[in-house]
Amino acid sequence: MSSHYESPYREPLVLGDKTYQQISADIVKSVAGPAARSWWIAFGISLALSLWGLGCILYTIGTGIGVWGLNKTVGWAWDITNFVWWVGIGHAGTLISAVLLLFRQKWRMSINRSAEAMTIFAVMQAALFPIIHMGRPWLAYWVFPIPNNFGSLWVNFNSPLLWDVFAISTYFSVSLVFWYMGLIPDFAMIRDKVTRPALRKIYAVLSFGWTGRAKHWQRFEELSLVLAGLATPLVFSVHTIVSFDFSTSVVKGWHSTIYPPYFVSGAIFSGFAMVQTLLSVVRKVLRLEDYITRLHIDYMNRVILLTGGIVAVAYITEFFIAWYSGSPFEDYTYLSWGAATGPYWWAFWSLILCNILVPQLLWIRSIRRNFVWTFVISIVINIGMWFERFTIIVINLSKDYLPASWSMFSPTFVDIGVFLGTIGFFFVLFLLYSKNFPVIAQAELKTILKSSGENYKKQRSADAQ
Amino acid sequence: MASAKKYWKGFGDLTSEPDSEAIKTREFPTAIPIDPFLNGDGKAYGAQASRRDFLKWTGFSTAAAALAACEGPVVNAIPYVVKPDELNPGVADYYASTVYDGHDFSSVLVKTREGRPIKLQPNTSSGHYAYPNTRVQASLLSLYDIDGLKEPLIAGRAATWAQVDKRVRRDLDAATAAGQKIVLLTAPVISPTFSLLWKQFKQKYPSAEWVAYNPVSNNGAVAAYQAVYGHTALPGYDFTKADVVVSVAADFLGDWFGGDHSRDYALRRNPNQAMSRHFQLESNLSLTGANADYRIPIKPSEQAQAVAQIYRAIVLGQQTRDPRIRAAIEALKKAGPAGLLVSGTNDGDVQLLVDAVNRKLPSRAYRPEAPVYLKAVTDDPVKGLISDMKDGRVGVLLSHRVNPVYNDPDSSAFVAALKNVKTFVSFDRKRDETASLAHVNAISHHPMERWGDANPKIGFYTLQQPTIRPLFQSRQMEDSLIAWMGGVLEGVDAALANDSMATYIPPVTECKLTFHDLLKKNWTENILKGDSTWFSALRAGYYERADALGPVSPTDVDLSSALTRAENRYAKTGKIELQLYSKIGMGAGAQADNPWLQEFPDPLTRATWDNYLTISKKQADELGLKNWRDSKGARNGDRVNLSVKGRTVKNVPVLITAGQAYGSVGLAFGYGREKVGKAAFIDGKPIGVNAFQLYVDRDAIQTEVQIEKADGVHGFALTQLYDTMMGRGESIVKETTAQIYNRGKSDKSRYNPSEKLLTIDGKQPVSKVDMWAARDRSLGPWFNLSIDLNACTGCGACVIACHAENNVPVVGRDEVRRFRDMHWLRIDRYYATDMSYERAESEGRSEGRAFFRALEQPEENPEVVFQPVMCQHCNHAPCETVCPVAATSHGIQGQNQMIYNRCVGTRYCANNCPYKVRRFNWFQYAENDAFDFHMNDDLGRMVLNPDVVVRSRGVMEKCSLCIQMTQAAILKAKREKRPLRDADLSTACATACATGALVFGDINDENSEVHQLHDAEKNKRKYYLLEAVGTQPNVFYNLKVRNKTE
Repeated sequence: MSSHYESPYREPLVLGDKTYQQISADIVKSVAGPAARSWWIAFGISLALSLWGLGCILYTIGTGIGVWGLNKTVGWAWDITNFVWWVGIGHAGTLISAVLLLFRQKWRMSINRSAEAMTIFAVMQAALFPIIHMGRPWLAYWVFPIPNNFGSLWVNFNSPLLWDVFAISTYFSVSLVFWYMGLIPDFAMIRDKVTRPALRKIYAVLSFGWTGRAKHWQRFEELSLVLAGLATPLVFSVHTIVSFDFSTSVVKGWHSTIYPPYFVSGAIFSGFAMVQTLLSVVRKVLRLEDYITRLHIDYMNRVILLTGGIVAVAYITEFFIAWYSGSPFEDYTYLSWGAATGPYWWAFWSLILCNILVPQLLWIRSIRRNFVWTFVISIVINIGMWFERFTIIVINLSKDYLPASWSMFSPTFVDIGVFLGTIGFFFVLFLLYSKNFPVIAQAELKTILKSSGENYKKQRSADAQ
Repeated sequence: MASAKKYWKGFGDLTSEPDSEAIKTREFPTAIPIDPFLNGDGKAYGAQASRRDFLKWTGFSTAAAALAACEGPVVNAIPYVVKPDELNPGVADYYASTVYDGHDFSSVLVKTREGRPIKLQPNTSSGHYAYPNTRVQASLLSLYDIDGLKEPLIAGRAATWAQVDKRVRRDLDAATAAGQKIVLLTAPVISPTFSLLWKQFKQKYPSAEWVAYNPVSNNGAVAAYQAVYGHTALPGYDFTKADVVVSVAADFLGDWFGGDHSRDYALRRNPNQAMSRHFQLESNLSLTGANADYRIPIKPSEQAQAVAQIYRAIVLGQQTRDPRIRAAIEALKKAGPAGLLVSGTNDGDVQLLVDAVNRKLPSRAYRPEAPVYLKAVTDDPVKGLISDMKDGRVGVLLSHRVNPVYNDPDSSAFVAALKNVKTFVSFDRKRDETASLAHVNAISHHPMERWGDANPKIGFYTLQQPTIRPLFQSRQMEDSLIAWMGGVLEGVDAALANDSMATYIPPVTECKLTFHDLLKKNWTENILKGDSTWFSALRAGYYERADALGPVSPTDVDLSSALTRAENRYAKTGKIELQLYSKIGMGAGAQADNPWLQEFPDPLTRATWDNYLTISKKQADELGLKNWRDSKGARNGDRVNLSVKGRTVKNVPVLITAGQAYGSVGLAFGYGREKVGKAAFIDGKPIGVNAFQLYVDRDAIQTEVQIEKADGVHGFALTQLYDTMMGRGESIVKETTAQIYNRGKSDKSRYNPSEKLLTIDGKQPVSKVDMWAARDRSLGPWFNLSIDLNACTGCGACVIACHAENNVPVVGRDEVRRFRDMHWLRIDRYYATDMSYERAESEGRSEGRAFFRALEQPEENPEVVFQPVMCQHCNHAPCETVCPVAATSHGIQGQNQMIYNRCVGTRYCANNCPYKVRRFNWFQYAENDAFDFHMNDDLGRMVLNPDVVVRSRGVMEKCSLCIQMTQAAILKAKREKRPLRDADLSTACATACATGALVFGDINDENSEVHQLHDAEKNKRKYYLLEAVGTQPNVFYNLKVRNKTE
C-alpha cells in the first residue's frame, strides 16, 4: 500500500529513533502497566460527574421534563443543543479515518484511532438526548418502524426526527465496525506482547484470532476500503439530516436552505477541535510526543481554518439574508441585530468571538504549530460551537412569530447536571479506552515508518550524501 | 357401581365412523404444523427450518409473552343496579337555573353528567344576564371545594342540625325576650320569595332586621336614583340604542352595576351596520377602556369634574374648558337622543348630573323606567349595624355570603363590635375570615344545590333549582330560617307540600316545609301570570312579564348644589391618586380560592395569581420604581408601601402598565385573603394584598396617597411578556378605521390586503402558493371557527369555558411564571405603538438596540387589541409533518387532532407551531400533591368532563375544536336520521361568547353562519393569522375596525 519513498523535504510523521519493535513497545507500555495516579484522578472525577448526570436523568424521568428550564415557547434548549453538539463532535473521527484513507493521507495514522474512539463515545452521548428529552422516554421505541399491535401504527416518515433515528443509528454502527476492525491487528499485537495471562485471554478474545496471515491482511485492506467508502457519505449525511431538524421547520432562523453544508462544516470544525483537545492531553500523558507531532496539529488546524471559514461565511450569509429580507419576522433570528442586542447578546457574541475571531489566529504558522495555543483555541472553538447550537435553538424559538408568546430560557441545575454528566460519561469511556486500547493504529503506522520516520529520513539523506 | 353412562362427542362418535375413531386416538384433532421444524423422518436434524428460524420464533414468542405481561392497573366501572329514569350514562342533561352568589348573577344552563354538574352554559333564551362571565362559570368549581365546611358547627365543633336548631332558636328567643335585635346581614338579595319569607320571619321575631351589604359600593348611583325616582334601584341601560357612548370610568363591560351590557354593546360594534362610537375617560386601563374608540386618560379626581363639565356643556350650554373632553361632548351633543353618558363614580352628586345629562339629551339608551335591582344597595344600614353591635343592641347576627372581616374597610371595628354580639351564626360554607368567627356555622347550600329565585331587573324573574343532591350536611339558608321559625309557613299547607318535584330533602331537619314550597306558592300565585306555569318557568329558568314602576316622574333635585359639590368633591388632591378596581377574574374576591380564577390571566395585564399596583411608565420612572426581566424572561418588579390616610398596605408589587393615567395608580380588590381555601395561598402566605384596607369611606378614589419604595423584589406570573406587535401588525392583527372601511368597502386591498409572494409566475397571493396536494375538503362537514376582533371584548369567558370543558389543568403560580400555563385558548393582548423605522430615525433611535427597545415600548395611552388564539387547525399543519410517531394528524373534518396515547413528547410540534398554541404536560398535573388544586382530590375531580381525557405527564395537548362536542352532534344527527344542522355545532368557547365574536360551524353547510363568514367575497374582513407562513388554518379572523375618523 505504501510507498517506501518520501521526499526528504517533507517533515517526518514519526519522530525519534523508532523501530517497529519500539512502536509496539510504546503502545503496549500503557496497556500492560498499571494506570498512573493522574489517570485514576481523572477517572474518578469523570465517574463522579457521570453519576451526577445519571442522577439528574433519573430525576427527570421520574418527575417530568418540567425539572428542566423549558417552557411553552422554548420547547428545546440544552437537550437538543447538547445533542447537536455531541453529534458534531462525532464527525471528526470518521472523517479522519475514512475520507483521509480514501485520499491516501498518511498523517491520519497516528490520530485516527483516538479520533474514531472520540466519535463513537460522542455519538453515544448524543444519542442519549433524543431519548431523555422525550416526555415519555419509556415509549422511545415507538420511533422505530417495528411491527406492532397498536392498530398497525407506523412511524411518520415525513418527520426529520425519524430521519435522525436512522441517520444516527447507521452512522454509529458503521463507525463502530470500522473502528473495531482497525483495532483487531493491534489487539493481536498486544495479545502477543502482554505477559499477564488474564490480559492475554482478554486480548485474544478481542483480536478475533488474528494471526497476521497474508489473507488476513488482504481482507483487512479490502474491508477498510469498503467501510471507508460506506462511511464517507455518512459523514456528510448525518449532520445534513440533523440540520433538517431545523431547516425543514417553519421557525424563522431555522428555516434556512444553507443549513446542510453549514452544519456539516460546523460539525467537522468542532470535531477537529475536540480531537485537538483530546490529543493534546493524550500525547503528553501517554508520552506519544513522537507520534503526534507538530505536523499533525498543523494539518488539523488547517482543516479547522477551512471549515471555520465556511462556518463564518454561513454566519455572514444568514445575517445578511435576515437583514436583506426586510421582514420584521427576521429581526430576531439568531444572527441578526435583534439577537446581537437582545437578552441573549452574550450567547451571540460568544459565538462570534469563539467561532469567527479566535480561530483566525490559526493563520499564523507559529500558533498553528504550537501545542498550547492549539489546545486553548480548540477549547474556545468547542465552547463556541456549543453556543452556536444554543443560539440557533433558543434565540430562534424564544422570539418567534407572535410577540405575545415570546419568552426566554434559563437552565435549571438538572439541565446543567445532565450536560456535565455526558461530559463525565464521555471521559469515563475515553479514559478507559486510552488505558486499555491501543491508542495509535500501530499496525498501520508501521507501514509508513520507513518512508516517514525521522530516523529513516535522516539515514536516507545521509546515504544520499 | 360404575356408571354405564356414555357421552358422545358427536354423531360420528355415536355411529363409530372411521374418521371419528381415528381422531379419538390423537391428542390433537388437527395436526400441529410442526413439519417445517422436522425433517421427513420426524427428527429435528436436517429440518427445513433452520436453527435461526427456531431462535427467531422463540425470540418472538418470548418477547410477545413479556409484552403481554405488561398491563396497566385495572379500574372497574360499576354500573347502576337500578338506573334512575332521568339519567342516561354518557348523555348530558341540562337544567335551567340561576347562579347568584351575592356578587355575580347569571341565568345559566347547568350541564350535568351522571348527576354531576360539570359546566355552566349560557341560558341564551332568557335574553338577560344570559351569558355567565368568568367568575360565574368558575363558581361551579366551588361546589366541589374540598376546603369548605362539610357539616354544621357549633363553637367550631361538628354538630347535628337538631343541635344547631335548638341552640339558635334558644338564642333567637332570648334576644327577642331581651329586646335585642336579630340582624340578618347578607349580600344584596334579589329574591322576591325570600322577601316574603323574611316578612314571616319578622312576624315570629319582630326585632329582626335585614341588612344588605355590598363589598364594592354602588351607593352613589343608588342614592341618586332614589333621590330622583324614589326607588331603591339602579337605572337600566340599553346600549343597542346608543350611537355615542361617553363613559366616565364606567367599566360597563366588566363589573359596573352588575354587568350584562357586553352583548348589547357588541351588537353596535359591527362595522357593517351603524357602529357606535365610544369615548372612555378613565384612570386605570379597564376592559371597557381597552375597547373604546377614543380613550382619554384622566386622574381619578378629575372624573367628577369631567361629568360636571359635560353637564355644564349639555344641560347648561356652557363652553368646555378642557380640550381633552371636547370631542366627546361634541359627539354627545350631536348624537342627542342617540347619545349616552355613563359614569362609574360612586358619588351621588355625580350620578345626579349623569341622570340630568341623559334626560336632557334625552337619551334613548338611558332607561330609568326599567330599573335594575341587582346590587342596588346603599351603604347606610351597614354603618348603623356596626354601631348597634358595638352597643350590644344586637343579640343574634346571622350572616350569609358576606365577609366584612375581609372586605369592610373598617373590619377591625366590625371584629371588635362582634365581641358584643351574643350569637353569631354564619351560613357560609367557606370558613372565611368572617365565618371562622361564628359561634354557629349553619352551612348553606351551593347555588347548584338549592332552590331560589331572583328578580335582577324589573319584569325579569329567574328560578334556581338544585342540579345535584347536597354533597355535604348543608341546609340552605332559607330552610334554616324556616326551621327556626318553627317549621310553619303562612299560607302553605304542610300536608300539600313536598310534591314529587321536591324529591330533594334537606338533611336532618324536623320540619316538613321547605323554601321550595314557599317558592312554588309565591311563583304560582304572585309571579306567574296566565301565560306560564310553574313547570314551564322551571324548565325555562326564567319568566318575563311586563312590570312597570308606574309613571316615572323625576323629582326635581337641587342640581346646582349637586354640581358645586361634585366639582369640589376631590378638590384636595395629592400628587398621586389611587383608583381601586375589581379585576375581571376576581371581582371582590369571594372566589379567591378558585384555582381557575387565580390562573385566569387578567385581560389587560395578563397577570395571574396576583394583584399589584398599576402605574404608568412615566410615574414609575419619577418614583424610581422598576420592572425588569429575569433570566427566564419573567417579569420582576419593585415593591412599595402604599399609604392612604394613615392606613398602610405593605409590600405592594408594582406593575408598570400602559394606559394608566399619569398621576394615578390602580389596585385591585379581591386579594390578600387571610382565611379561605388553599388556592388563595402560596407557601402559606395570602396571594396579593388586601385593597379593601385602603377603601376608606368606601370610596374607590383616594386622593391622599403616599408611595414609598419597600425592600424586596416581586416576581410576577404573566402569561404574556411582550406587549407590542414589534412591527408585525399586518400579519397578526389587521385593523383599520371605520372611515377607511366604509369608504373602500368594495376594495378590500385598501384595508385588508392579502399578502403576496414573489414566484416564478409573478406576485401571487400566499393562498395560491402551495406545494402540497390539496385534500378534498368538500365531503362531509369541514369545521371552521371565525373570530371577530370587533366583537371580542377580551372578557375571557371563553377561557374559563375551555378550562371547564376540556379539563385543562391548573399549574399554579410558579409554573405560570415559568411560562408554562396550560390554557388551550388564550387572549393575546397587544398595545398599539406607532413606532416605525421612520419615526425612530427622526427621533434618533433607529440604531440596533435602541430601535428594538423603541418597538417594545407601548405608548402611554395605547390602543388595545384582544386576539383570542387557540389551535388554528391548519390544513397544512407544521406540527403534523414533524412528529416522528404521527401523534398529531389531520382529521377528515378539518381538525388537527392530537392523539395523546401516541405522543412520546418530543415537543417538536410545539416548536414548529407558528402560533405557539401547543401545551406540554411538564409534570403530572392530576393526582399530584405538587399541584394541589381541584384535580388532586376525588371531590374536585367530580368537575371533570368525562368526555375529555385527563392528559398524563409527558404528552402534548392543545385545542381540539371541542371534537367531543362535534362528534356528539354528528352521532345525534345520525341517530335521528337527519343532516347536521348549524345549530347542532358549537365549541365551548363559541357557546360561552356573549358577544358572538366566536362562530363555529361547517363551511360546507351553505346555511351555516360560518359559511357566510368564510366566503371572502362576502366577508371582506376575513383574514388569517400569519397567512404568509402558508399554514392555511381552519380558524380565521375578522379584522378590527375602530370607529375613528382618521
